[in-house]
Amino acid sequence: MCGIVGLFLKDKALEPKLGEMLSGMLDVMCDRGPDSAGFAVYGSGESGKLKLTLRAPEGFDFAGLGKTLGDDVTVSVRGTHAVVSAPAAREAEIRAIVAKTKDVAVVGAGQRMELFKEVGLPSEVAERFDLAKMSGTHGIGHTRMATESAVTTNGAHPFSTGADQCLVHNGSLSNHRSVRRDLDRAGVPVQTDNDSEVAAGYLTWRMNQGRTLGEALEDSLDDLDGFYTFVVGTETGFGVIRDPIACKPAVMAETDQYVAFGSEYRALAGLPGIETAKVWEPEPAKVYFWDRAAA
Amino acid sequence: MNANVETHAIDLASSSVRELNSALHALKEGSNASLWRIANPRGLHSIAAGLDAPVTVEVDGPVGYYCGGMNKQATVIVRGAAGVGVGENMMSGLVHVEGDASQAAGATAHGGTLLIEGNAAARCGISMKGVDIIVKGSVGHMSAFMAQSGSMVVFGDAGEALGDSIYEARLYVRGSVTSLGADCIEKELRDEHKKELFERFKTAGVSGQIDPSEFKRYGSGRTLYHFHVDNASAY
Repeated sequence: MCGIVGLFLKDKALEPKLGEMLSGMLDVMCDRGPDSAGFAVYGSGESGKLKLTLRAPEGFDFAGLGKTLGDDVTVSVRGTHAVVSAPAAREAEIRAIVAKTKDVAVVGAGQRMELFKEVGLPSEVAERFDLAKMSGTHGIGHTRMATESAVTTNGAHPFSTGADQCLVHNGSLSNHRSVRRDLDRAGVPVQTDNDSEVAAGYLTWRMNQGRTLGEALEDSLDDLDGFYTFVVGTETGFGVIRDPIACKPAVMAETDQYVAFGSEYRALAGLPGIETAKVWEPEPAKVYFWDRAAA
Repeated sequence: MNANVETHAIDLASSSVRELNSALHALKEGSNASLWRIANPRGLHSIAAGLDAPVTVEVDGPVGYYCGGMNKQATVIVRGAAGVGVGENMMSGLVHVEGDASQAAGATAHGGTLLIEGNAAARCGISMKGVDIIVKGSVGHMSAFMAQSGSMVVFGDAGEALGDSIYEARLYVRGSVTSLGADCIEKELRDEHKKELFERFKTAGVSGQIDPSEFKRYGSGRTLYHFHVDNASAY
């Protein structure tokens, strides 16, 4: 089992409430995945700037690291994570410094995406990072019941393998070992033993080749084997796909204000206007995709 | 409505599903017919599962998994969509979903009627054993997989592999069938089958509105479930 949720706002007025809505959805999914949780939120961003989300052990001196990185860098700390905002041109240099800093890892990067994940009960994880106060245009979240790799923060979702790209997964992939080798040859880094990270890497690889998120999801139907429901985010887009057998549950809801995804309807029950929303079960092997840039 | 019907209202925002189901399970065979109105179901699981009394339960909104599961005698009405396994393993009575149903609706059900106003997702009626399923919309892939007996009437379309490895259930589809599963074949729609469809139309509240000859009948080719020596190498 595992629980996944996603929320894509159409109404700007709801943006300050994105975190609150997403955290409510994540709370309800605690009993589908009580061992770890994570979420990615697409918040504010400016062109030419980069946000790097870093993770370090409790008590790490992020402010000190910020000073080392320079005056044009701001650091905003949330629990064991910190979002470093810096000129995009300095990305390689900053990554090099972070790589040399003991115990610190980059969990996500992009112009707008911030990504947080940790071991623990999902409701507590959301509270630790103060998800309820975050604003943004869209976000995805995951509550994990581990199957294919260990219960560690590294094994928690979402996985990000490209700028502003992230994925959450419910299911298990059976050919992740061989896809991992393909990604290796293609130069797409996959850091953990987790099968879901391979799926994220696969989509990144396809999009690097010029495919849109929607097209990359279509490709995954041919190339990924196993059980999956994926919810993915890009800087402007939000997509959902289920494998052709569709063993893993999924429910979607759409109103004039938002598109929402939940592993179960329970996760959607608290959303505004859900009583009159269009609620449906996404069909197997069909790509569902919304893009703010195209709207 | 009959003024003598005893009515109970339960709000799942303040009561638990366990409290609701315990109250419903306490009703016995000889109980007075009563009406139970359930508010705020919010997709919760196992609502009105395991009933065994001639009562009516109206659930005002979407339900989660296994609603009306194992039902005997009772009428369970869902005014919304239903999650996985609605009416699974029901024995008798009626489970009526006014919205869509998720996967495995009516799975392994032995008897009674499962009426779905909207669509049912994958594996509707999987391993059904005598239930009558009526879906006014369409059903997803692998519906009636290993269906043993009973009937499934689909007003819309059926997805891939309908009736795969079917035994003796009777399947009727008005629209298209993406593909038939192993050993499921189209069969002649005889008068006895039209009569059966008339009965289902009555239950579905569409008597006289549909011509039963618009439906095609599907059932078992009976080549799989009897052991045949030519198939020995396949085992």
